[in-house]
Amino acid sequence: MKLDIAKGLQKRKNQLLEDWMSLQLADAGLREDLMSNEELREQSNELIEVLLNTISEKKLENIESADFDPVHEILSGISISRARQGFSPRETGIYVFSLKEALIKGLQEDYKDDPPALIEAILKISKLMDSLGVVTFETFIKGREEVILRQTDEISEISTPVIRVWEGILALPIIGTLDSARTQVVMENLLQQIVESGSTIAILDISGVPAVDSLVAQHLIKTVAATRLMGAECIISGIRPEIAQTVVHLGIDLSNIVTKATLASALKHAFSLLKLEVKKAQKEKAAI
Amino acid sequence: MDRIPILRMGHFLLVTIQIDLYDRLATNLESDLVQMVNKTEAKGVLIDISALSIVDSFMGRILGNIGSMSKIMDAETVVVGMQPAVAITLIELGLELKGVHTALNVERGMELLKEKIGSYDREPEDDEDSTE
Repeated sequence: MKLDIAKGLQKRKNQLLEDWMSLQLADAGLREDLMSNEELREQSNELIEVLLNTISEKKLENIESADFDPVHEILSGISISRARQGFSPRETGIYVFSLKEALIKGLQEDYKDDPPALIEAILKISKLMDSLGVVTFETFIKGREEVILRQTDEISEISTPVIRVWEGILALPIIGTLDSARTQVVMENLLQQIVESGSTIAILDISGVPAVDSLVAQHLIKTVAATRLMGAECIISGIRPEIAQTVVHLGIDLSNIVTKATLASALKHAFSLLKLEVKKAQKEKAAI
Repeated sequence: MDRIPILRMGHFLLVTIQIDLYDRLATNLESDLVQMVNKTEAKGVLIDISALSIVDSFMGRILGNIGSMSKIMDAETVVVGMQPAVAITLIELGLELKGVHTALNVERGMELLKEKIGSYDREPEDDEDSTE
């Protein structure tokens, strides 16, 4: 009599789970700091239950069918949550492939007396588990990419603050490389703030920009021209010696733009444009 | 035919563009404005474009033209209230509106004009703006 792969495995469910758990726990790279053993057991139990309920002799013929959707779904969930928790791809891979090992061990016992059937069963199961492994990696990477995307958004959001340093003076410290997309964001933010606060002077501080090439300079010039069109004056500050060197070597003409070495001198210039004076208080003078 | 009203206020001419300009209207405005500058001997022209949300290269050029024309007829031009999106568009089109002064709003624009005219009355070449 021919044994049913699925039925045999379903009968061994508890043993499989134990085998799988011991295989996972035996791995040197087990991350107990990220997930406790109880959680791991719960997660594994859930997956193995769904998997064993889904497989049957017939379904194993076609592992691409929609019958395996519940398994894929649960595996994707586990994989994505692992990606977010900071598991490495290797750890997630071992999680799935140790299940394969446990299943094969179960099969070996089921088909002890029938080697040709054993080979067939093992081939089927390993084909299924490989496809599940692929799904795991795909979703794992997707999860990681989501994390990266979210961080990129965050960086671009927090990296362009417009600061009101004085009545009528805005400062915009630019940190990181200026590309076209960021220039657009910077420009829009700055112009919007100029309208909202009614400021007449904007200081662009580029001391946090690692390198200025002709493209970056072009973007800066554009921003300055746009602020001028709005009716505000734009000062560029934070020109480091290296930046000055590259700008001159590249032959970029910044002579139409007010440039200052530091934010402090830019602010001083802004004060003089607004006809403001900053003085030491008289009292302090008397104390000295 | 539609026309953009040109208001006279002392030495200045005031134009507020309340609707989106189409090409014909813009060319009419250009010629009307030059006529008015001539007729009223205005010293300054203030154009408020705060309601203008769409601008193309033609409009940008008309604005630049008005500035240069007024300049040779001895009047300063100030464009006020430009929307951020309009400013970005003009820059992307490569139109920097040289020869036109800009200000944030009508109030600031008026101050700027008075300053310009005042300095002009005393000494002809005193330009603190970095436009030229």
